[in-house]
Amino acid sequence: MNDRTIALQETARKLRIAVVKTLHKSQSGHTGGSLSAIDLITALYFHKMRHDPASPAWEGRDRFVLCKGHAAPALYVALAESGYFPPEDLMMLRRLGSHLQGHPDSKSTPGVEVPTGSLGQGLSMAVGMALGLKLDQKRNRVYALLGDGELQEGQVWEAAMSAAHYRLDNLCAMVDANGLQIDGEVEKVMNVAPIADKFRAFGWHALEIDGHDMTAILNALERAEMAEGQPTVIVARTVKGKGVSFFENKASYHGVPPSDEELPRALECLGHS
Amino acid sequence: MSSMIATRDAYGETLAELGAGNDAIVALDADLSGSTKTGVFAKKFPGRFFNMGIAEANMVGTAAGLASVGKIPFVSTFAIFAVGRAWEQVRQSVAYPKANVKIVATHGGVTVGEDGGSHQSVEDIAIMRAVPNMTVIVPADGVETRGAIRAAATFKGPVYIRLGRNKVPTIFPQDHPFEIGKGCELRPGSDVTFVTTGLMTAQALEAADFLEKEGISARVVHIATVKPLDRELVLKAARETGAIVTAEEHSIVGGLGGAVAELLAENHPVPMRRVGIRDRFGTSGKAEELLKYFGLTPEHLADTARELVQSR
Repeated sequence: MNDRTIALQETARKLRIAVVKTLHKSQSGHTGGSLSAIDLITALYFHKMRHDPASPAWEGRDRFVLCKGHAAPALYVALAESGYFPPEDLMMLRRLGSHLQGHPDSKSTPGVEVPTGSLGQGLSMAVGMALGLKLDQKRNRVYALLGDGELQEGQVWEAAMSAAHYRLDNLCAMVDANGLQIDGEVEKVMNVAPIADKFRAFGWHALEIDGHDMTAILNALERAEMAEGQPTVIVARTVKGKGVSFFENKASYHGVPPSDEELPRALECLGHS
Repeated sequence: MSSMIATRDAYGETLAELGAGNDAIVALDADLSGSTKTGVFAKKFPGRFFNMGIAEANMVGTAAGLASVGKIPFVSTFAIFAVGRAWEQVRQSVAYPKANVKIVATHGGVTVGEDGGSHQSVEDIAIMRAVPNMTVIVPADGVETRGAIRAAATFKGPVYIRLGRNKVPTIFPQDHPFEIGKGCELRPGSDVTFVTTGLMTAQALEAADFLEKEGISARVVHIATVKPLDRELVLKAARETGAIVTAEEHSIVGGLGGAVAELLAENHPVPMRRVGIRDRFGTSGKAEELLKYFGLTPEHLADTARELVQSR
């Protein structure tokens, strides 16, 4: 493991702490799926993506679409840490008048490209971005982060079909496969496995990794860039609630914020005193 | 009424013309490009046309993504699919972020004909009108369609344009200026006003001719932009003629009739009647037969207006 990877792991830890504090303050929002996505989002915002927080509309930027929009807190802490807006704003999450809406809203928040939250719609928008950028012969890349439960939406597969049809090798989808959704295990609610095979059958270049292994994430993102003529999906096995032992692998923490009593214990798990 | 042209044909030609002058214009279709006439654009600009297959939800989302990187996407399919199948994509991915997407739906209303009730959208205007940030336009003829398509291309934000399958008489002069949100008085009158949209405007003009022979002076106000409604023009008609008959090739629930009723009820209530499809689905038949079957004829419009005037 090199210094870069260690630094990114430390950033991810900081972001998890910010997620817990933000959700404790708002007392509303999605804890489990925000924490499972943090390592993937960290790798994108603090390593892979070209972007300029001082100029959110910079033409040369790569695009990110948080298809699983309920993990908005994970995106917001990354945007705040990057410098798109002051970290204090996080404490206003989900409040009336706040620019931080319950689910990502491109009209409100600097750095948010398109609104998401209604599951299944994000990948189509990412496909449109990739198509438009290719049309202009631009080299910008498009990243989309989906949930595994979200793959139950039929529109995801319409989008998957079209991305391969139009040979969108500038598109990289990541699946935060934490195995849980609101009603329980994805496998039991409506099985989506085998995810990578499904995408391969749709014409995608598919990789499977441990979504909390920073080295593996960076390698996969690198390999995605080398794919020619087809989009890449990185199926990242993750743990819902990752980093806070008593949140981990619990569907019951899907949409529940940390309570007053849980906050200090959660922060302790994340090495925050 | 010199010529007849289907509004969808006027769309195809206009889109192709616009494409020549603006590289940002792209078109998407869901396997109906021959019918919606985006095929004309596709032939001229194959690199900027995307057939998305029979997958309307993804098509609308893809258009929103294209808009977010600076393109001006025109999305077409039949009205029933653009509004029905892809409603939530239109709401979440297009209207919510005010994406610069133009949804041009063809085969609106019952004049789709033989395909029957499954393919005849009688509620699309109501559905689109209820979505915030959405502009809703129903042109009356080919000339107005050209104007509406051109206006939509320069307008920033989502627009829904509803077109028809069949040829309709041209009622506007070729140089008719089109402005989003502006209705127009096509015929003066003092006893009653027809407030109409789409192909019903031509029917209302005929109805006004019948009524004139009976000594009833009927005004005809054409409303292409159902939302935002030209409030001043409709209120002026209500004040000056004291009776309103709306007409549309659409359900009487929530469309132009609904919009006018809402406006009048709050601002200047006058006796009114809504001519349209009376809360039911369409059915198979020839377009002309269906217009008669659903009472969307000059005769029925004249009867409705006469009765309203006499009951005052």
